[in-house]
Amino acid sequence: MTGVYVGMPAFPTAARAATRNAQLRANLTRATHTIRDRRARAVAELEDWEGLRQAGKAIKDETLAHLDDYLLQLEAKVTEAGGTVHWARDADEANRIVTELIRATGGSDDQPHEVVKVKSMATQEIGLNEHLAAEGISAYETDLAELIVQLGDDLPSHILVPAIHKNRTEIRDIFRERMGEWGRPAPEGLTDTPADLAEAARLHLREKFLRAKVAVSGANFMVAETGTLVVLESEGNGRMCLTLPETLISVVGIEKIVPTWRDLEVFLQLLPRSSTAERMNPYTTMWTGTHEGDGPKQFHLVLLDNGRTQTLADEVGRQALRCIRCSACLNVCPVYERAGGHAYGSAYPGPIGAILTPQLRGTASELDASLPYASSLCGACFEACPVAIDIPEVLLHLRERVGREAKEHGGHRLERAAMKAATYAMTHPAVYRAAENAAVRARKLIPKKVPFGAGKAWTETRDLPELPEQTFRQWWKETHR
Amino acid sequence: MNPTASSAREEILARIRAASGDAPSTDARIINRDYLAAHVETDLVDLLAENLTDYRARVYRAAAPADVAVIVAGLLHGPRLVVPDGVPDAWIPAEATALRDQPALDPATLDLTHAVLTGCALAIAETGTIVLDGGPGQGRRALTLVPDHHICVVRCPEQVVASIPQALPLLDPTRPQTWIAGPSATSDIELDRVEGVHGPRLLDVILLAARS
Ligand code: SF4
Repeated sequence: MTGVYVGMPAFPTAARAATRNAQLRANLTRATHTIRDRRARAVAELEDWEGLRQAGKAIKDETLAHLDDYLLQLEAKVTEAGGTVHWARDADEANRIVTELIRATGGSDDQPHEVVKVKSMATQEIGLNEHLAAEGISAYETDLAELIVQLGDDLPSHILVPAIHKNRTEIRDIFRERMGEWGRPAPEGLTDTPADLAEAARLHLREKFLRAKVAVSGANFMVAETGTLVVLESEGNGRMCLTLPETLISVVGIEKIVPTWRDLEVFLQLLPRSSTAERMNPYTTMWTGTHEGDGPKQFHLVLLDNGRTQTLADEVGRQALRCIRCSACLNVCPVYERAGGHAYGSAYPGPIGAILTPQLRGTASELDASLPYASSLCGACFEACPVAIDIPEVLLHLRERVGREAKEHGGHRLERAAMKAATYAMTHPAVYRAAENAAVRARKLIPKKVPFGAGKAWTETRDLPELPEQTFRQWWKETHR
Repeated sequence: MNPTASSAREEILARIRAASGDAPSTDARIINRDYLAAHVETDLVDLLAENLTDYRARVYRAAAPADVAVIVAGLLHGPRLVVPDGVPDAWIPAEATALRDQPALDPATLDLTHAVLTGCALAIAETGTIVLDGGPGQGRRALTLVPDHHICVVRCPEQVVASIPQALPLLDPTRPQTWIAGPSATSDIELDRVEGVHGPRLLDVILLAARS
């Protein structure tokens, strides 16, 4: 079973443990640098990248400004097309809804309930697999990396390549030891070549795909105007889940909307290049409700809040809801590269996790309070982000919030955790070097006012807060003498 | 709808309204689209071929429908060929056993076939993408998913557009769509790209010239 992020140590402790693990560090460094270089090439192919990026930002800001309208529009369209829409205020409610829907599909003692799953951040966020396991329902992850993580009783460490912290030999050992417990065992004499390992996964999962009655997915985008859901993937496990079972249940954050069909032209260019550094990912599936004679007969959409409306209420922090989960910010982050994804203690690692998790969950725990400090503020994440989320700006904003809350609630514990995370980020040489020169570069890119779209109105009467003139080191010295 | 369900909906909508109260109430929902409608204008078929090949699809050219059948015959690893309604007979090689989807083939049967032969809705040159929308000659989605080998015919140049912005207006969102750019692939193990996990491990694209 995939583990849950409970009782995770605060960022600095987890990060220190991770940096001592040489294998993890070597894997991560190689991986992040490889993706980073490939991505730069894929982006450089498009001369209008900055225009696409600004349009992506504007479309998401528009979505967030009228989110109620768009959700209602989406609900009407999905329903019209034969789907059923459910609303979940929090993780518990979403888990309950999904469990009931799975139960309602029948099943018996000799045919216990099981579901196949497409990799989904939202269901990781709500701990759906653990909830289903407790209810006696087996949920099989079908993305290769998620399968590795699940079979290894492990946690994902990267948004795009969740098993990035495992090398081929470790993966072979996991397959040999664990596949048999879950279904078809690994082939005799399995080697550690990626092709052999992929073949083993294909054989192991195929029987599950062919007999699955229920699938659970997330979605990359939902189109309000048409009620269409969109899933991008590479392996075809997504297509299997979205096409073969009789019932499809998609759990999607309420912010995943784009207003119009046309808006996809922006995100279908931004996401693959930013994420896997491809012109286009191998498979993209789009469906609108149910389709007579093709695919699932039942389609349920569970719209998930779970802290998103609370995030929306924060004028500075709400930009985190523009995120399209490409993982570009992870791959350029000097802190992520050294700390690894597990240190962030949630489904969302790296810079986006550092700003999203404390907003979705609040900053009451040491871990969540320490996250906004898990950064050197070098600004590389902002430069890489395809929807121009000013991550350093939100980090500073959240640091201020943690500081205030620590004072109000006498939370020295929280403050200490936060300071330790900051010390961690500052005392790692490469992290530190990046911080020295990049913040100034990033500052130049931040417009004083958001020039168009809904953001315009949000900022019309006031300037966006500035990043501090000083470097992180100076800031530290001045505020923590 | 039960009471808790409806109250979840109302509560989330109310939270949203309270949270974005500072957003404009007017209808000025205009997005500045300062990007290109296409990055290339000419030689779209060549570009499509190049980009498909770059992502490990194999590309062939046919001058006439009868050539399609000859090419398909050379590609098959076995006789059992799934053929959706609307595929022209001229494309089907005589040596193949054509399996029609009537009545609907179950997944286990599809799993035992050697290949599927389809047309497409359109193809996008810049990204090397083929789009299927269940229209004539394409069948339902499972047909191009379960068999391990997909052979797809693109009529050139009329089915080829330059870019994603040019493709979307031609597609109907109420139809189920599968966009395909190369065979199934994964980079999950040490970022080494491996072709073929769950989708068809072989993707062959036949570019069929116009007026043929
Ligand atoms: S914050 Fe930006 S760069 Fe990071 S995952 Fe989200 S969209 Fe990608």
